Amino acid sequence: MFDFYFEIPLVLRLFIQGLAVIMVIFPIAGACSMAERKVAAWIQDRPGPNRAIVPWVAWIPFLGKFLQRLGVFHVMADGGKMLFKEDSLPGHVNKFYFILAPIVAMIPALTTVVAVPFGAYFDAAGKVIPLGLAPLDVGMLAVFAVSSLGVYSMILAGWASNSKYPFLGSVRASAQLISYELSMTLAVLPVFLWVNAPGTPGTMGFGAVVEFQSQPGFLGGMWFGFLMPVSAFIFLVALFAETNRQPFDTVESEADLVGSFHTEYGAFKWGLFFVAEYSHMIVGSGVFMLLFGGGWNPLPWVSLATAVGWLGHILPFAHAPLFVGLLSISIFMGKVLAMIFFFMWVRWTLPRFRYDQVMKIGWQKMLPLSIANLLFYAIAIALIQK
Amino acid sequence: MAVITVERKPLTFLERTYLPQIAGGLKTTFKHLIAPKKTLEYPEERPTIPDGYRGVPTLVMDPNGREKCVSCQLCEFVCPPKAIRITPGEIPADEPDRAHVEKGPKAFDIDMLRCIYCGLCQEVCPEEAIFLQNQFSMSGYTRAEMVNHKDRLYELGGTLPDAHFKWDKKKAAEEHGNTH
Repeated sequence: MFDFYFEIPLVLRLFIQGLAVIMVIFPIAGACSMAERKVAAWIQDRPGPNRAIVPWVAWIPFLGKFLQRLGVFHVMADGGKMLFKEDSLPGHVNKFYFILAPIVAMIPALTTVVAVPFGAYFDAAGKVIPLGLAPLDVGMLAVFAVSSLGVYSMILAGWASNSKYPFLGSVRASAQLISYELSMTLAVLPVFLWVNAPGTPGTMGFGAVVEFQSQPGFLGGMWFGFLMPVSAFIFLVALFAETNRQPFDTVESEADLVGSFHTEYGAFKWGLFFVAEYSHMIVGSGVFMLLFGGGWNPLPWVSLATAVGWLGHILPFAHAPLFVGLLSISIFMGKVLAMIFFFMWVRWTLPRFRYDQVMKIGWQKMLPLSIANLLFYAIAIALIQK
Repeated sequence: MAVITVERKPLTFLERTYLPQIAGGLKTTFKHLIAPKKTLEYPEERPTIPDGYRGVPTLVMDPNGREKCVSCQLCEFVCPPKAIRITPGEIPADEPDRAHVEKGPKAFDIDMLRCIYCGLCQEVCPEEAIFLQNQFSMSGYTRAEMVNHKDRLYELGGTLPDAHFKWDKKKAAEEHGNTH
């Protein structure tokens, strides 16, 4: 059925796949901005944006009204505004780096997607094949390596803006990102220690981690979030800090830093920073779900294979690779979107930490905790797997 | 003044991790997330106006459809920002059902850019002809548009129930032969 697709030259095929992923990530980032506004409104007992509508959609009896109330068309209005408003370039900035910064922000944000698998299917032999742009064996390392490049865009933007608040904001951002990256890295090590049991081929890939969480049995089907709650917690907190989300929003604390590193930015260049932040959130949530949330397995102790087996009793086409692929992608996307909702939920719950508190939590609490956590699991795993 | 030294208890371990507080906060915000919304969606939904609300000043008619104002100009005199301008006039002879009415305004203008909604005009009016009613939003593109003329004032005011029927009593008295 899809043979023609595999006859296309590989480069073109990868290009199409990459484009397809970007075409999904961009609208999700846009939808997230609307979801952010809606969740903010709902938590504050407001209905949120609910007026914009395209006339011909308004003619559809119930759906039109529903979409209007959901604020779907405000996304388009926002996007159109961002695209068409004047893209001003302040006179006092270093123009080359000023324009470069938002582009540099986009590159790591979209590059990390490459290493993150977002679904799986079973081949003829029943083997799980992860779906992703590049199912690298160094998946986790690649994500860490590339995503930390994101700090360069902030430093560039803050420095090129040639003004006080952006500069302070970028300094804060870089210090914060570096502080929390340490504990983040240490937090995921127990997972890979556990996955890479002696005698198995070593891997840092996400596919192997998810497969490890879909084994039969009580311990096998247990997600790492239950097995290593402290790791999951440290990773989650570090993720909030890495994506500059509340309560670690000191980078953009408007009360003391105006708009931080994007104070001088407007229109589309600002929009790029925005999309980059949301892409970071999406990828970060994806990594969290792959490592600690079972990836594309629908429920703890219910792996994708089990679920497909159950569905096979009802649906005749349940074992088709296309169906399994789509099912796993929707399960995974559902989990990622739930995580993003959690990000927004936390944002409207917690006040921002003061900057010295951020540093104190990062260095004096999270880092020792993650080292102790690593030591505990290293010894435990050594005893179990000897 | 007695000074009470309050002993500050040291935080427990759980409190120092912030986690129970964060969970409590998340619970509270989630309750609000699903709670019914409190917004009044203004142009479609209107607020309920409480009794005694002082909205835009209007002129009212009596139940017979006659204007109550006799252009005594007391409201014009009392109006603190001088928003009211009245040109007094006589009742035309060719209107038999207004024959007993003493006088009427030829022109009655209220400049809503000056009006401060104080309600003194309503308070001072001996004929109960001017009322600050429920309308609260006035808008216009020009200054001239923001001046309510007589016809507009009657349109906004409408008819209010009357307790006195002054002109009916005056007509009855005249028919009985005692005009005063």
